[in-house]
Amino acid sequence: MSGRSASGYVLLEDGTRLPGRTVGIRASAFGEAVFTTAMSGYQEIVTDPSFAEQLIAFTAPMIGNYGASIERNESDRPAARAVIMRRAGGTEWKRWLVREGIVALEDVDTRALVLHLREHGAMRAAVVADGIDTATTLERIEAQPSMSGRGLVAGVSTKRRYRLGAGSTRVALIDYGCKRSIVRRLLARGAAITVHPHDASAEAVLGERPDAILLSNGPGDPAALASETAVVRKLIGRVPLLGICLGHQLLARAAGFATYKLPYGHRGANHPVRDERSGRVLVTCQNHGFAVEGDGPHVTHVSLYDGTVEGLALTDEQACSVQFHPEAGPGPHDGWPIIERWLDGVAASRPAGVTALAS
Amino acid sequence: MPRRDDIHTICLIGAGPIVIGQACEFDYAGSQALKVLRAEGYRTVVVNSNPATIMTDPGFADRTYLEPLDADGVTGVIETERPDALLPTLGGQTALNLARELAESGVLAANGVELIGASLEAIVRAEDRSRFREVMKGAGLRVPESVIVTSAGGLPESLSFPVILRPAFTLGGHGGGIASNEVELYGLLARGLAESPVGQVLVEESLIGWDEFELEVIRDRRDNVVVVCSIENLDPMGVHTGDSVTVAPQMTLSDEAYQELRDAAAQVIRAVGVETGGSNVQFARSRETGELRVIEMNPRVSRSSALASKATGYPIAKVAAKLAVGYTLDEIPNDLTQTTPASFEPTLDYVVAKFPRFAFEKFPGADETLGTQMKSVGEAMGIGRTFTEALLKAMRSRELDSVAATPWRTLDDLPRGVHPWFAGQVRDARRALADVDALGALDAEGWLELKRLGWSDAAIGERCGVNEATARSLRHAAGVRPAFRRVDSCAAEVEAHSNYLYSTWGEADEVDAGTRPCVVILGSGPNRIGQGIEFDYCCVQAAWTFGGLGFETVMVNCNPETVSTDYDTSDRLYFEPLGTEEVLEICERERPVGAVIQFGGQTPLKLSSSLQQAGIPILGTPFEAVDLAEDRERFAALCDDVGVSVPPWGIAEGAAEAVAVAESVGYPVLVRPSYVLGGRNMRVCYDAEAVAAATPPRGRVLVDRFLEGAIEIDVDALSDGTYTYVAAVMQHVEEAGVHSGDSSCVLPPTSLSSSEIEDVRAVVRALARALGVVGLVNVQLALCGDALSVIEANPRASRTVPFASKAIGVNLVEAACKLAAGASLDSLGLPPEDDLLSQVSVKAAVFPFKRFPGADPVLGPEMRSTGEVMASAPDFATAFAKAERAAGRRLPESGTAFLSVRDADKPMACELGRRLAQVGFRLRATSRTAYALAADGIPVEVVRKVTEAGSGPTVVDLVRRGRCDLVINTPAGSGARSDGYRIREAALTARIPCVTTISGALACVEAIERAQDDVVASLQDRLEWRSA
Repeated sequence: MSGRSASGYVLLEDGTRLPGRTVGIRASAFGEAVFTTAMSGYQEIVTDPSFAEQLIAFTAPMIGNYGASIERNESDRPAARAVIMRRAGGTEWKRWLVREGIVALEDVDTRALVLHLREHGAMRAAVVADGIDTATTLERIEAQPSMSGRGLVAGVSTKRRYRLGAGSTRVALIDYGCKRSIVRRLLARGAAITVHPHDASAEAVLGERPDAILLSNGPGDPAALASETAVVRKLIGRVPLLGICLGHQLLARAAGFATYKLPYGHRGANHPVRDERSGRVLVTCQNHGFAVEGDGPHVTHVSLYDGTVEGLALTDEQACSVQFHPEAGPGPHDGWPIIERWLDGVAASRPAGVTALAS
Repeated sequence: MPRRDDIHTICLIGAGPIVIGQACEFDYAGSQALKVLRAEGYRTVVVNSNPATIMTDPGFADRTYLEPLDADGVTGVIETERPDALLPTLGGQTALNLARELAESGVLAANGVELIGASLEAIVRAEDRSRFREVMKGAGLRVPESVIVTSAGGLPESLSFPVILRPAFTLGGHGGGIASNEVELYGLLARGLAESPVGQVLVEESLIGWDEFELEVIRDRRDNVVVVCSIENLDPMGVHTGDSVTVAPQMTLSDEAYQELRDAAAQVIRAVGVETGGSNVQFARSRETGELRVIEMNPRVSRSSALASKATGYPIAKVAAKLAVGYTLDEIPNDLTQTTPASFEPTLDYVVAKFPRFAFEKFPGADETLGTQMKSVGEAMGIGRTFTEALLKAMRSRELDSVAATPWRTLDDLPRGVHPWFAGQVRDARRALADVDALGALDAEGWLELKRLGWSDAAIGERCGVNEATARSLRHAAGVRPAFRRVDSCAAEVEAHSNYLYSTWGEADEVDAGTRPCVVILGSGPNRIGQGIEFDYCCVQAAWTFGGLGFETVMVNCNPETVSTDYDTSDRLYFEPLGTEEVLEICERERPVGAVIQFGGQTPLKLSSSLQQAGIPILGTPFEAVDLAEDRERFAALCDDVGVSVPPWGIAEGAAEAVAVAESVGYPVLVRPSYVLGGRNMRVCYDAEAVAAATPPRGRVLVDRFLEGAIEIDVDALSDGTYTYVAAVMQHVEEAGVHSGDSSCVLPPTSLSSSEIEDVRAVVRALARALGVVGLVNVQLALCGDALSVIEANPRASRTVPFASKAIGVNLVEAACKLAAGASLDSLGLPPEDDLLSQVSVKAAVFPFKRFPGADPVLGPEMRSTGEVMASAPDFATAFAKAERAAGRRLPESGTAFLSVRDADKPMACELGRRLAQVGFRLRATSRTAYALAADGIPVEVVRKVTEAGSGPTVVDLVRRGRCDLVINTPAGSGARSDGYRIREAALTARIPCVTTISGALACVEAIERAQDDVVASLQDRLEWRSA
């Protein structure tokens, strides 16, 4: 038959090999193989900086149906190293993958891959679309670092500080690989944002006299981010603070909680989380490979899938955080009120925030 | 929150007979709910007039009432049972309307019954068009611009066409339509106003060309809301969703667009105020601007929620029942994973497509254009890993026969306006098939490419000019076999021991082999006229029985509405087309001790020869018997051998031969194609001209002597190969010539003597033994004078099996399965054949004529009913009157009767007239019938026919104005513009009972004369249930 694309394959560090055909660039990509169960929002996912150094498999079988559009980018460039699909469902999407320089396969038995990762955990892997043989690829996989212990925020954070929006509530956003949806939600609720690089000092952040601080999402192992954690420790209690995903993990570590690697992570747009204070369930967008260890009164949100911590509140310090993505993009908007109420609360108590800064 | 302890007895209302717009999905919903409620320790009471439902099986509820689903029927049950709560959200629009009526009339309050699942306020907010608009606007959502009209004068001056008309409170948009100009508008408006029980019609902005989406939403007492499934319609707005090809999950919306829909759906369910349970919300979305309109919401489970449950593995009805008694979503485990809760949103790693199944060929003259009024009679679903794989599976699951009139006959028939993404996928699939020139050139990869796009062996074979079997063996030679995947609701993210499977290609197989011997039960596919819920009932009973006998049970079916495709029903469910390819692959992998083919109607029988050739054992009646019964010549020879008579007959090809046969067997004759289901194209002919007209130019026809005026008898019997148990002898109320599926029938027979019944039994015994039946057999006989002859025998479960089982108190399917598994008849402990029954049971059919204006609503040899009801009482008259009431044709007790009969029926018309006059009816008749009555001394007024000159109102005017209460009209001809047709159509529109056979009219008159006030009684009380 004519027009069949060149073949490629996914290779896992344990030797598992799944064939596919290439629809992206002719190259090989190395990273951690993970899967997401979100059924829509493929472009948002591929451009989410939290997916840095990862090879994403989509469980949804038809990806690319509604094309590609620049407004859907969650950052300037794709963060994921490779995209693994059962079927790429549109030419515009395939063109986008090539244009963005992504290694991508279709016709992969993605369900077999997911079952394998679920049983054996997320692992190092390669997506090969340039004809390199299995043995060579396996050697190169083994030469890669594993995700545990990897600090990756430097690669995706802004290099320099910048400002966005002209609202009345001044928010300092520390960018560990921030999704644009977070910025969009803040701006929509009247924030004036100063975005700081991941390695900004506490003094630099507080020097801007923010009303509140948001610790963004980002990739990698929070345990590898000692200096970022130290900065957060200095920020706690100074102004109201909200952590999202990696930001949540950093806040937790700064407050003395431990983090650990989940076997295969939570990635999807359908995860039920219970707000322990109200009993209400939120259907959330999630994307994390690490989680906070903990229980007790500080835990505000719990995953109804595996009971892991999904939110913390350090009430005395006016700090709170969620493991999931309240900003959505992609996924349900159930978490939007978390950002909105936080910002409204900050706005309402601004005079008090200013005094706190002065001390 | 824990379950409620303040309620103990819960009454659930079913949906009644299968009609267009309400099918098996409500049996699926109701039986799931009953299962859950009983497991929670509640006492359950169910009311449903449909005997072919699993939910009305004794043992499914504590008390089962096969009573008419009208206010009187349900009120009677409520007063008898005094339930604490009424759950009306699982029985479709029927149950919801009844609940509203009972709440508004104060019956519920007077009996201390609480509505659970949906409050009266929520029902009114969702169902009343003007309230719904207000509520939606209040929630900041847009609905189509519209005006509510209660009379033709209420139309606004300026309307921009096209406009859509939707009558309030009707089933499946019944009575609605699209008008492109004023003439169409006034016509549709008049019909809509008449159809709407509240006389309201919504005339609204047409959104033709917009895309249509549905979301299935669930909410609990804590205000948690989840969206179980999104469904996208391929047919654009304007085509009823029940008639649309649909796909889940939605395929063409970006995440931001989809989340907008999700937010809106949550707003809708909150604004309407459905506190617990599932709702279906329909949206229109402009492809160009992204504008959104809320079209409607149903505050109950629906056909779409059954589809969504099957599409996702999320059992909406089960969850809704638990929510109704107080649980919250996070307290209910996900059925498939057990470790995670129901408060999540299923994610699919496959695509699901649904195709409607139409039956236009049954209603010649009817308008086949699709619009806002649902016209399909069934549906099939396909699951695949690509869109086209799912689409093509669903498409071939329809089992169309060569004469079927249907939209989407092939993939070439894409409707206009279909989204370019779908069109592109279809184009790619067609191109891939067109690229194949010869099967020999296909390597394994080439085969996989085609299979992954969804092409069947038959389609690939056809493309290359070989038959399906050859294509299959070449595929096998290339080493290409399907793999089986689980539906697990979570895309494998959480471990799930799901037994719900589908096939796909080029992937790893993840299904464990069974451990015990298994049986494969072949289902009946999409509902169609002649094959519906009765067969699903039988398949479900078969799964339970074989399971009880220690076998692993494997179900194969593709109808998403059904209980058989509930993964709870069998040990493994293969949601697959019932095609040779799929069934053989499943059998190959399951290696069953046998396949069970006698419960799924004609569908599995069609597969029997392939199974036989593949060496798959058939449990029960062997293939040979099936073949024998279907081959007319061999069957006639067999009847001759055992001394059973058949009406004179012959086979002919072409009109000349047919006429010759007709002359030799004697008129009148019955002419039909040699292979028929549900009486397709069957005609009764009185002369050579008619025979010639009824004979198609090609293909063979059967010409049988038609036994005019004969009593038709339907028998269901069990046989172990040697001995036969004649379980049920049923007499048709209508005379021979009316299809058995459309005729009312009564058990025990009212006009057969005991020696005649014994003769019937003897014939059935002889036939069953000669055929070699092991299991169920259905025999149809005719008694003409004192001559008994056999019309046909079907060595399988028949449509009457559920009715007969409930009437006689023997689970016939259970018994048949035990026989098929090797038991002898005498080991079953069945009651004696001549056991006297204390109750007379009547089955009555319901017809979809109202959906097909233009088609003549008259009974004949072609089956046209969609469903049936059952009623029992101590005497025939009472049971018949109740059955007619349950079928929606309440007989009048007094008033005016109109008679117009063909000449041959005039003597009987006099008897009818006399008896009606005696019980106080005023009689009116058309001239010739009136003369006959007057000549007999019966007072009668003459009314002029439409075609007769003169002044004053015509009969059609009288009927339309509701000036008569009963119409008796036997057809002299069925021409679409005949007087008879106009009378019948007017009666249909005016909802006046219209009887089109003399024997039917006699039964009605007897019922009017003698029906007693019936006491509501449960099945358990009416009959001591005997288990086979």
